[in-house]
Amino acid sequence: MNRLVVGAHYGLKDWLAQRITAIVMAVYTLIIFAATLGGATASREAWHAFMAHGFIRFITFLFIVSLCYHAWVGIRDIWMDYIKPAAIRVTLHVLTLLALVGYAGWATQIIWRL
Amino acid sequence: MTNATRTVQFKIYRYDPDQDAKPYMQDIEIEIDSTDRKLLDAMVKLKAKDDSIAFRRSCREGVCGSDAMNINGKNGLACLTAMDSFPAGKPIVLRPLPGLPVIRDLIVDMTQFFKQYNSIKPYLINNDPPPERERLQSPEDREELNGLYECILCACCSTSCPSFWWNPDKFVGPAGLLAAYRFIADTRDQATSERLDNLEDPYRLFRCHTIMNCVDVCPKGLNPTKAIGKIKEMMVRRAV
Repeated sequence: MNRLVVGAHYGLKDWLAQRITAIVMAVYTLIIFAATLGGATASREAWHAFMAHGFIRFITFLFIVSLCYHAWVGIRDIWMDYIKPAAIRVTLHVLTLLALVGYAGWATQIIWRL
Repeated sequence: MTNATRTVQFKIYRYDPDQDAKPYMQDIEIEIDSTDRKLLDAMVKLKAKDDSIAFRRSCREGVCGSDAMNINGKNGLACLTAMDSFPAGKPIVLRPLPGLPVIRDLIVDMTQFFKQYNSIKPYLINNDPPPERERLQSPEDREELNGLYECILCACCSTSCPSFWWNPDKFVGPAGLLAAYRFIADTRDQATSERLDNLEDPYRLFRCHTIMNCVDVCPKGLNPTKAIGKIKEMMVRRAV
């Protein structure tokens, strides 16, 4: 039997999260843009000192987490639109999640290594 | 009053599954005069010239929603589209509404569209015994239904929506969601929470990515995107 099923009763949280993470990324972009104008990236030393600052590390981490969550919702939507067989779709969902979690961990390690 | 005639060229999507292996575009010309003010008037003349052309029409004044079709690439009602609005010298291209199965020529199978409409329970749910005369609303509460109840279900919006093209079986579509909000917003309805539950789904509601083709094509000037936004806003208010 292959009946069509809908009614998963989720989606609001992801829709809201996509909007909130977009705001976080927009604000971060403005801060980095302003810092660039202020000479924070004029030389490697200046950039290194800038990125070593606790607050900048904190907001960079928030930016990366936001980026990954935002990308998760967006990429999942693409799989849901174009990949119909459930087995292939769930595999792609898992691979996407694993890749994004891996990227977030890797990026965090890079920020704190600086 | 002058009654000058002019020649108008049409390119019409033709497909009769009993005879044609695949659809083709037919070139046809007709003479129209100044009394043929709307596209539907011209199409009636087209039908007189070639009676094998099939299309739906009924009220010819934008109330029944039968003659929705794709006109020069944009969905609309033939009876509300003025002949003056077409650029002179270029053929008018008529196709069936996109995304729905074609029955013949410009006639599409609307089953999927109405299935989605039915899925939102498009009727008032109120379990209280009906009052002697009628269920009353304050003028302010009634105001909220303006821009929602006027929908004629012509399907111009849903069939211009890419999210509906991809998932017509799962995404309710702009017409259905506009109707859903019409009952969610109705103070006489008692099933608000069930209605929101029914829509809280990654496919049924959240396939809307605010593309706004629906708003662009609605022949009644309605705004399904705004109604969808209000449904989402109500869900947020309910959840936080």
